[in-house]
Amino acid sequence: MRHGKRWIAAAAVLAALAATGCGSSGGGDGKVTLSYATWSDDQKPAMEAIAKAFEDKHPDIDVQVQVLPWPEYWSTLQVGAAGRTAPDAFWMLADQFPAYAKGKQLLDITDAVKAAGVDLAAYPKAVLDLYDVDGKLYGLPKDFDTNAIWFNKALFDKAGVAYPDDSWTWDDAREAARKLTNPAAGVWGIAAPIDRQGGYYNSIYQAGGKVIGDDGKAAIDSPEAISGLQFWTQMHADGFSPTLKQLSDTEAVQMFMDQKVAMYFSGSFWAQRLYGDQALRPNVGVAPLPKAKQRATMISGILNAGYAGTKHPKELAEFLIFASGKDAAVIQAKSGAVLPAYQDTQQGWLDAMPEFNLKVFVDAVDYSVPLPIAGDAAKWTGLETQYLGPAWEGKQSAADAARAYNTAINEVLAQ
Amino acid sequence: MTTDVASPPARQRTRRRAGGLLPSPGWGYLMIAPAFIGLVAFYVWPFLTTFGKSFMDVPAFGPGTFTGVDNYTELLADDRFWQALRNSALYTVILLLGVPVAIVLAALIEQVSRGRALYRVLFFLPVVTLPVAVSMVWRFIYNGDFGLLNYVLSLVGVPGQYWVADATFTIYAVGVVGIWMSLGINLIILGAGLQSIPQDLYEASSLDGAGRVRQFFRITLPLLSPSVFLVTVLTVISALQMFDLIFVMLRSVNNTALADSKTIVYLFYEKAFVEFDQGYGAAIAIVLLMVIMAATLVQFRLQRRWVFYD
Repeated sequence: MRHGKRWIAAAAVLAALAATGCGSSGGGDGKVTLSYATWSDDQKPAMEAIAKAFEDKHPDIDVQVQVLPWPEYWSTLQVGAAGRTAPDAFWMLADQFPAYAKGKQLLDITDAVKAAGVDLAAYPKAVLDLYDVDGKLYGLPKDFDTNAIWFNKALFDKAGVAYPDDSWTWDDAREAARKLTNPAAGVWGIAAPIDRQGGYYNSIYQAGGKVIGDDGKAAIDSPEAISGLQFWTQMHADGFSPTLKQLSDTEAVQMFMDQKVAMYFSGSFWAQRLYGDQALRPNVGVAPLPKAKQRATMISGILNAGYAGTKHPKELAEFLIFASGKDAAVIQAKSGAVLPAYQDTQQGWLDAMPEFNLKVFVDAVDYSVPLPIAGDAAKWTGLETQYLGPAWEGKQSAADAARAYNTAINEVLAQ
Repeated sequence: MTTDVASPPARQRTRRRAGGLLPSPGWGYLMIAPAFIGLVAFYVWPFLTTFGKSFMDVPAFGPGTFTGVDNYTELLADDRFWQALRNSALYTVILLLGVPVAIVLAALIEQVSRGRALYRVLFFLPVVTLPVAVSMVWRFIYNGDFGLLNYVLSLVGVPGQYWVADATFTIYAVGVVGIWMSLGINLIILGAGLQSIPQDLYEASSLDGAGRVRQFFRITLPLLSPSVFLVTVLTVISALQMFDLIFVMLRSVNNTALADSKTIVYLFYEKAFVEFDQGYGAAIAIVLLMVIMAATLVQFRLQRRWVFYD
């Protein structure tokens, strides 16, 4: 055992050193092979169909769809870009976009889009605005999403509550939540997670508030914004929602699918998953979000973007234009995966799931507000649990939480 | 041959002859090159870049600017850093509690005459299973509403808890999974150590009237101490690197307990990969390295008091 001692020391040093290292993984490379990174298993078939349609038109190009797990999508992409091994094409989100655009990591396709004669009016303006940096195009919108009330008809019927409709105000929603909540049956009226896109951003704008003000500074400490937060914190105070701890253990969408919550305010992107559940399908209804001072919903969308360090910029630009074009939009719509961004292709999505009143999501574009983005958005949105959690748990008033979070956002924006 | 081994001049002669057979000492370097290149590329080089970055302000993309020890002074003034350090220390203590458990289990498995391999396999399974998969399963077990643990507790009248969403329990809940996951490898190391203990010591001592318990403390433990030491050192290192269990079991935007349960490596991940602050992240990694080095050094110092090498 004597030299065992030295061996232990060597092993210990190696293990310690390993703590500082970090790995990276790379994309593929062939004759002309383009990799296309996404994070959705649900949408994989549609993305592969789009890749196939593109390959049929360009036999010399091979497009490989990669699905990265959502929790590590952004770290993988960032490490890939820093290590020059990022995928050629990938999905981009608005809150991550500024860092990549400013870091010169995205392929500028302004000229290619112009040469291809793409009409930008075919895309929702609010989504284009999300990805606007000094007039250059770093990709084209793939899809868009708006929010509405997903509700469970069976639970509404059982409680004898009329289904939500476009006349609903916050008071109607509260009243329905009260009647639908049935602790004995383990049923809650509404799911109230800390959810900016499907939840409190919408209510802040419905109340007439803003998340980021016109001066570019945080504005969630205004009386209107605070009342938007209170819409949610009050649901918890009244016991109309599963607690935050419950929603941490079991996602809100899962609670809705388990038919434990009667209403879930969220995005169009759940349609396919809810539709796929045979037992749930007949019970699912869709209605517009309730209004307060005004009607409002967040609109967001994924951008098909390309990596500036690609070996095949010309082919990549062609692929990006195709993947956000009309043919690809029709494929996406038919699959039911998501609402395509290209104009007049949404009917296919509605037809794919006729039992659901999905038109609500398309009509919502008229009163939609682009997802608020400013500065290092990923950094300050990452603070929401820390600052808003106590208000959701009833440990702090919504007003105090809003003021503290407002200060924290402004500190990040000032950096 | 026996005389050759015993006499130094003979050994000298053999070595010189062996040297003459090879063209040059360069051969030796060539032989170790694969391992050496790997070591430099995957350990030394990342370490040096990390060390360099810890003195820089590095944006998400592109080169950084030199800022001296700014990252370190910011780090030392950051409450979140100290909290993470405390959490990591607590995880380490909890995981160390698993070492006595492993010793007892290893000794018990040695006693089993049939199916010993089966037990080893059962305990080793978590080691070869993906940590993410293991964490997912435990997340279900710990679920406050539908979890298996709360169901079992309800049978004996104990009220259920939100084990991974309530800051009172998170660290312990994750620690238990950590112990369970490291058990397999520890049992292998300790089992090998147990088998190297000469059987005649037990026979002699039982002739002298020593019971099982006395034998365990007087023979087994002292002679097992090098293996126990190795297990302890490795446990401390892996506990200080705890990340994946927290990432999978606690990460939810609705989990207010996460902020109180972050380890030092989780904080590093957040800084470097979520907030894109690589310089600060690098500084955390360097501090972690020093903490691990110090912890290991202390253990090597302390081993003189309790580890017996024959």
